[in-house]
Amino acid sequence: MIVNHRAVGAIYRFEMARAWRTVMQSVISPVLSTSLYFVVFGAAIGSRIQEIDGVAYGAYIVPGLIMLTLLTQSIANASFGIYFPRFAGTIYELLSAPVSFFEVVVAYVGAAATKSIIIGLIMLGTAALFVPLRIEHPVWMVCFLLLTAITFSLFGFIIGIWADGFEKLQLVPLLIVTPLTFLGGAFYSIDMLPPFWRTVSLFNPVVYLVSGFRWSFFGQSDVGVEVSLAMTFLFLALCLTGVWWIFKTGYRLKA
Amino acid sequence: MSPIISITGLAKTYATGFQALKSVDLEIEKGEIFALLGPNGAGKTTLISIVCGIVMPSEGTVTVGGHDIQSDFRAAREMIGLVPQELFTDHFESVWASVSYSRGLFGKKRDDAFVEKTLKDLSLWDKRDSKILTLSGGMKRRVLIAKALAHEPRVLFLDEPTAGVDVELRRDMWALVRKLRETGVTIILTTHYIEEAEEMADRIGVISKGEIIVVEKKADLMTKLGRKELRLALQEPLSEIPTSLAGHQLELGAEGSELVYTYDAQRDRTGITGLLTDLAAAGVHFRDLQTKQSSLEEIFVDLVKDKR
Repeated sequence: MIVNHRAVGAIYRFEMARAWRTVMQSVISPVLSTSLYFVVFGAAIGSRIQEIDGVAYGAYIVPGLIMLTLLTQSIANASFGIYFPRFAGTIYELLSAPVSFFEVVVAYVGAAATKSIIIGLIMLGTAALFVPLRIEHPVWMVCFLLLTAITFSLFGFIIGIWADGFEKLQLVPLLIVTPLTFLGGAFYSIDMLPPFWRTVSLFNPVVYLVSGFRWSFFGQSDVGVEVSLAMTFLFLALCLTGVWWIFKTGYRLKA
Repeated sequence: MSPIISITGLAKTYATGFQALKSVDLEIEKGEIFALLGPNGAGKTTLISIVCGIVMPSEGTVTVGGHDIQSDFRAAREMIGLVPQELFTDHFESVWASVSYSRGLFGKKRDDAFVEKTLKDLSLWDKRDSKILTLSGGMKRRVLIAKALAHEPRVLFLDEPTAGVDVELRRDMWALVRKLRETGVTIILTTHYIEEAEEMADRIGVISKGEIIVVEKKADLMTKLGRKELRLALQEPLSEIPTSLAGHQLELGAEGSELVYTYDAQRDRTGITGLLTDLAAAGVHFRDLQTKQSSLEEIFVDLVKDKR
């Protein structure tokens, strides 16, 4: 047996079952909160804001909002998924099972990414109810969706390993990811910023994700789509390195 | 018989600098029930955790069924089932889901009939749809055993299986262990209860301060450990043992109000009759008497002392 595919399947199904059990928390709540954004920014305020790059404001924020949810959900799902067994002690079983670390990551990250993509698609459907949407590059849209979900699920996995308490589990998403996302051009084009803040924004990785994702919808972007793609892969590579190091050293997993 | 587990020069020093194991060599025979005895903190759990892949060894090698636990970890771990000491359970899962998950995790094909049989054997069938959270401690212990057995392991580790377990479950567990052994499963259990080792084990290993002190067949060890004490509570305290009783191995205890006679319960002649006759002759009266098997902790102390 080169790959313990049954173990990957077992972990994946286990994680997906957990999401289904907590469907209120894991699906309905993000969808509800994002719908509120559509109502407030899209329908209520959006109608008074002028078009950006020829796109109605209500539609303009859709890719950014989906990205925001995709990021936070991927991180939350993956970090909780691996942190909880550590917290409850049930990690002993995973460590004593005939699975490689690679398989563990594939299963946990795969489940977390699946969940956030499902949520992202539900939101896309919800958004279409509020604002007229067009998707110019659907294949690229799916690519960005997948890449981002996988990358940030990996990032969440790392946080779930690093955290030694529920507080730390919340810390990174709350203090780093949410601000970066809000300042990452989800609600505006970074071209609307003064030159200084525009330059600062270019150090924010989320800018590239949102920009690339928006390009797949409207064919317009703040930065070149190649740059967006390259930055996403760079972050993916960084996360992979982190996970590889964790498993190489057994950090926080094995004494 | 060839050993199913072979441990050579195994040492573990934790990052804190604590040396939990100092060069342990141990062989477990296929199909035996091996009891690893030792006081708390002796290294029992560390030893088990290394074999199961939860803790990384600092030095030494371990093979299970001829497979190295590091270079050939899949083959080694597939053979092993582990029941941990603590009640680590998936609180929010049903018994059925949790046990089925374990089977999949160990790479075994889905087999509902086998999971059903395992749950029935452990009297868990009625609880199969219950969330584990809602079960009693004893039931949770059964769930952990079911999880460990779900992938049909050839070696079963039971880490302190009967700590805090009621009599009924303890009996059930012993019966289960015997049944497993009949199917050829090798069982390694850790305990600090001598009764448990006595009831179950074929061989006993004693571990203390990270070293295996003794590995013996149970029968041999029991003769060694089979000391008993007869404690006589005296009517009048004695300042010293009367000279007429000097021939007996007596000690004064409880500030002279107690006489303690240590004897070998395995022997035909324990010398108790002679002692009691001599006591009466010496005019020593007692108001109560009790006998007590030397506790394992005491035996450990003796064993460790002997080693120094």
